[in-house]
Order: sequence, then structure tokens, then C-alpha cells
Amino acid sequence: MRYRTTIAGQVFAFDDLRQVMAAASPARSGDYLAGIGAATAQQRMAARHVLAETPLKQFLNEALIPYESDNITRLIVDSHEAQAFAPVSHLTVGDFRNWLLSEQATTETLTALAPGLTPEMVAAVSKLMRNQDLVSVARKCSVVTRFRDTIGLPGHLAVRLQPNHPTDDLRGVAASTLDGLLYGAGDAVIGLNPVSDSMQVLGRLLHMLDEVIQRFEIPTQSCVLTHVTNTLKLAEAGAPVDLVFQSIAGTEKANHSFGITPELLDEAYAAALALNRGTVGNNVMYFETGQGSALSANANFGVDQQTCEVRAYALARRYKPLLINTVVGFIGPEYLYDGKQIIRAGLEDHCCGKLLGLPIGCDICYTNHAEADQDDMDNLLVLLGTAGINFIMGIPGADDVMLNYQSTSFHDALFLRQTLGLKRAPEFEAWLQRMQITDAAGQLAPPSANRLLADMSGLAALAP
Amino acid sequence: MSGEPVTPNPWAQWRSATPARLALGRAGAGMPTDETLRFGWAHAMARDAIHAALDVDALEATLRKQNWETLHARSRAEDRTTYLRRPDLGRQLDPADAERLRAAAKPGCDVCLVIGDGLSSLAVARHATPLLAALRSHLPAETRFSPVVIATQARVALADEVGELFGAALSVMLIGERPGLSSPDSLGIYLTHSPKRGRHDAERNCISNVRPEGLPCEAAAFKLAWLMRESLQRGLTGVGLKDESDLAVLQQDAHRPELPG
Repeated sequence: MRYRTTIAGQVFAFDDLRQVMAAASPARSGDYLAGIGAATAQQRMAARHVLAETPLKQFLNEALIPYESDNITRLIVDSHEAQAFAPVSHLTVGDFRNWLLSEQATTETLTALAPGLTPEMVAAVSKLMRNQDLVSVARKCSVVTRFRDTIGLPGHLAVRLQPNHPTDDLRGVAASTLDGLLYGAGDAVIGLNPVSDSMQVLGRLLHMLDEVIQRFEIPTQSCVLTHVTNTLKLAEAGAPVDLVFQSIAGTEKANHSFGITPELLDEAYAAALALNRGTVGNNVMYFETGQGSALSANANFGVDQQTCEVRAYALARRYKPLLINTVVGFIGPEYLYDGKQIIRAGLEDHCCGKLLGLPIGCDICYTNHAEADQDDMDNLLVLLGTAGINFIMGIPGADDVMLNYQSTSFHDALFLRQTLGLKRAPEFEAWLQRMQITDAAGQLAPPSANRLLADMSGLAALAP
Repeated sequence: MSGEPVTPNPWAQWRSATPARLALGRAGAGMPTDETLRFGWAHAMARDAIHAALDVDALEATLRKQNWETLHARSRAEDRTTYLRRPDLGRQLDPADAERLRAAAKPGCDVCLVIGDGLSSLAVARHATPLLAALRSHLPAETRFSPVVIATQARVALADEVGELFGAALSVMLIGERPGLSSPDSLGIYLTHSPKRGRHDAERNCISNVRPEGLPCEAAAFKLAWLMRESLQRGLTGVGLKDESDLAVLQQDAHRPELPG
């Protein structure tokens, strides 16, 4: 029993840091499914007391998943920058929270600190934070990335346009794409989840999205979200691949279940850079993550699901991605039960991602078997908008008719921009004005005027 | 500007290209009232599908009319809340029910049929009996079935334990899928050869989205019968068994118009 505390005459003891972290987490169904959630509310607070007194340095000495048996642990330890860590190396986790909230932690100091932080340190401090702390710390972080436009500037919000179709029908995908563009969405990426695994179908989808981007000269990028090995084959065959996508998780075994290794991602990253299709920058990778993926692959090793999630960010940051997306409520209520758990997880993921230096966005979403509805999405949307999130999702009517879940709509993005005064990526905003989709103030113009609508008839994919 | 509070979208004709909710118009930045109500209704349908208990008696009565023997079983998830939080419990039979099934088992059955409520009892109530009726017409009359087990608070892998108890060569689980906003009643079908506890998902074949707007019952039954025959002949399911029933249809169309007995 290496970790213990006495509160009000009661002794609370924990075998190791892994147990402290799990017990200190806010209640969530995935940790109970894994059998590692706090047994009582008092035990949870006791674990937080222990965590608050634990030196940040301890995370460099005590790996939650052994160095020898897990390549993500090795990557975390081997890429840690001691010099960047120096300004906070003397702090406990509790002191670190105070420091993050203080005036000493500025955008500049946090940017410099990022390579000195490990996922476990960041996960630990987030467990001591209230929701407002997660908003206020994340808001101070700024991570800007570029491919054909500039994403993540302070005061800006981008949108991934997700034009999914239940049978990958090209006209259907094109119709949803144009609907999104006409609502001023799509500056993060036009990113499609295909149903098909067929190279031919994937190739046709890539060509169609590329046709839309080329024909209308849109300063954005497309992505067909398929396994990295498929994307590599498509790129070799000459398909117009802008970004390379992959789902990633926080342990070697969970990534193995996704069919990936860091070596494979290294290869994909090199290939994507060589394509050289960006115009204003070379951030070429797109990753998706979500709490619960390690446990669902039976690969969590007794580590709580939030810490597993943040460990995935360590893998992501190796590749300087354009975008990383936490798909927060997608897996289901056995991991995040209700609106309260989904909202908390979304704020944690965003704050932890930003502290590690990642351009993180959130698919603010839920399934129909979760205890959540669109009001919960509205709450998280406003919170993440306030926290300075890089991008959110835009889906026609918030209803994904292929993946069968609900997310945020093009309208939701308009609402958030209007309410918080957030701008689109500057290159994309200028394009919208050129096309007369928006006016000089960034508001949607009367649709009859805009050029996109007038020129669309020439789009091959929309031909009857 | 018209001065009307709702700005319509002049690209409404694209709606025919996709079931997605596009060209909705807007009230300021927000959804117009009619779409807010449509969306809310779809969500209500999906929610009710998840939380509605399966009417086991009605399903059993219909199955008996079609000359199926039936049995009931529950999983170890005692209620819906537990079921949603603990998928592991939904994969295991209630111990007393497992004993009852063991006692009812007859030696040497080819196929064990399980109907699980899953995440949509609506899907089961609507499509399970028409599917089984169609299935029987596509299979040889001598196929030896177990009694149909109607299982509540059931996950897919529950059929592994049922199949193991019955000593079946193949288990077929019909189960309500996670409802989407526009699909509250999708039925999923899972085949597992040599069912026993601990089988992985990669060892199963799946037919999904069985509903009139997706894969209709008759087409699903044809596909299922094809996969069942191939599975029993080759002794496997899962990644090693690809669905080539479409090919079978093409060959039939060319050479043999009648369906195989």
C-alpha cells in the first residue's frame, strides 16, 4: 500500500498510482464496467487528496502500464523533454492545478510547457479540476495548424463537414456536402465516413470530394476516413489524398486491435508529407479517439478510461496533425452513461489535448441508448466554444444517417459563432464571401445570390 | 429578404438524393420549428424502442401459430439500466434459466434459434416472425432446429451460451439493433458456428439493417439461408466465410429459376 491518506479518522489506501488515478476519476460507467471505479464517494475524494499531494515527477518514475510491455509508454517516456518540464518539475499535482489557473500560466508558457508534460500528468491534474477549470485552462492554450487554410486561431472555430450516406451514393454525399458549404461549414475538413471498404468506392469518393474542392477552388481539404493501409494504397494508386486518417488509442494492445503500430503511422506520415498537397502548411494527419476504446478492445490494463484516452494524444502529437477529434459520446452508455458524463468527458479530452499541444476538436455526440439529448449537446457546445475548441462537427440536421448517432448540425455551428462571436478559418471565410455565401460580416447572405448554387449544375457527381 | 422569420433553402430538390436532413431552412441561426418537431419525434421513437419491453407472450403466440416450439430466457442483467451499463451481464444467461434450457435440450440439433430484444424490441416485434417464416421456406425440411429461445436483456453473445447448452452446430441470433434517428426498428442477425461461451465477434457473420426500408425480410432470409448452408457445410463462420449469396442469385437467375429446397 504505497498511497494512503487519513481523512476524518478513516484510512484510505491504494496499491499504486494506477488505482489512485482510477478512483480519483469522476464517476463514469466505463470505469465501473472495468471494475476500477471508486467504491464510494468518500473513496473518490480520498484518492483526489492523495493525487493532489503526489509530485508531478512521480509520473516519470512510476509507469501506469510498464515500459517494457507497451510501446505507447515507451513513446511517452522517450519523447519527454526534461527542459520543457523544468518550470513545473517541483510541483505536486495539486500545486500544478493552481499554477495552471494562475496568471503565470499564459498562452506562451503553456505552449512551451507542452512537450514537458506526459499524458498521465495531464490526466491527473484534470481529475482535480471542476468543469470551469477545464474551460479556463483550455481557453489559454492555442494550437494553430495549416494545410489549405489556418485552423485554431484564437477567436476562431472551424467545422468538419461530415456528408455521410448509408450506401456511399455519390449524389447523396455531394448533396450533403453542398448543403454544408451553403451553410458556411467545412473549413476544418470535408470528412466522410464511408460504409464501403472497397478501393474502387473509396477512390470514387475521394475523386468526387476533390472535384468539389477543385471546381469551386475551396481553401479546405478532404478526407475519406478509412484504415490507414487503405489510404496508403489509394495514394499510391494516384487518388487525390489530402489528409491521412486513422483511429488511435492509448495502449499498444488497443492499437493492435485497430491494426496499427507507430511504425505503420510513421510510414503513413512520411507518405502523406511526400504528397505535398497543402498550400499554406504541411499538417497532414487526422486522428480520431474516444474514451472507452481501450476497454472495448480489452486492452486497458486497469487504467481508467480517461487516462487511456489522453495516452492516445501522445501518439497523435508525434505526427503534428492538422486535426484530432475526440468522438465523445459515440461508443455508448456502457462507457459514458448520460449527458453529465459525456459533457465532463468532452471537457476533459479537450483540455488535456490542448495541454499536450494538440489541435483538438470534438464530435459532440450521443447514441440513442445513452441518457442524453440535444439539450446536452447544446450545453457541451457552448462550453467547448467558450473553452476555445479548434473545431466541431457539422452534419445535416445533426442526424448521421449512416453511423446512426446524433452530433451537431450546420445550424449549431452558426449558433455558436453568432453567440460567441467566433470566426471561420480566414482563407475559408474569404472564399465564402467571394462566393456570396456570406456577407462581409460573415453572416449567411440570401441564398439566391450565391455563386456556388448557380455553378453547381456542372458538378459531375450531381448529374442525374 | 422576404421578411418571413424562416429563410427557406432553394436547394430542397436535393433531398431526394439522400435520407440526410438537408435544406432545412433556418430561423435565424436555429432550426425551423417544423424540423425541431420532426427531429424530436424521431428521437422519441428511438428512445421508446430502446426502453420498450419486448411483449414476449405476443411473440410466443405468433411463433407457436407458425409451429415453432418456444422457450424463454433472461440474461443476468436484471433491468434495462443494468443492461445498458453492463454488456458483460447481457452476454450471460440467468443461472436458473440456463438450467431450464439444459433440461429442455434435445440431442443433436443443427441450428439453435435465439430471438433477443437487444436495443430495439420494436425491431424484434416487427420483423422476427416474418423473417423466420421466410427462412423456413429457404431451408431443407429436415433441418433440425432447437426450440426458439426468446431472450430478454440480451446481447449478441448470449446465443453462444444457449447454443452450447443445446449442443447446436450453428446458432442464429436475431436481435434489435441500436436504433438510429431514422431507423428505430433495425433487426440484426448473427451466425456463429460451434457456439460456445467466449467466441469472438470475428468468429461470427452478421446481416444487419433488416427492415422494410433497409434489407427486407425476404431478402434477408435468403441471405441467411445461404450463409447457414455454407456454414454447416464448411464448418465455420466469421472472417473465413464471405457472403457470396448475391453470386448464388446471379447463378440461379441464369440456370435455375426456382429457389433451392
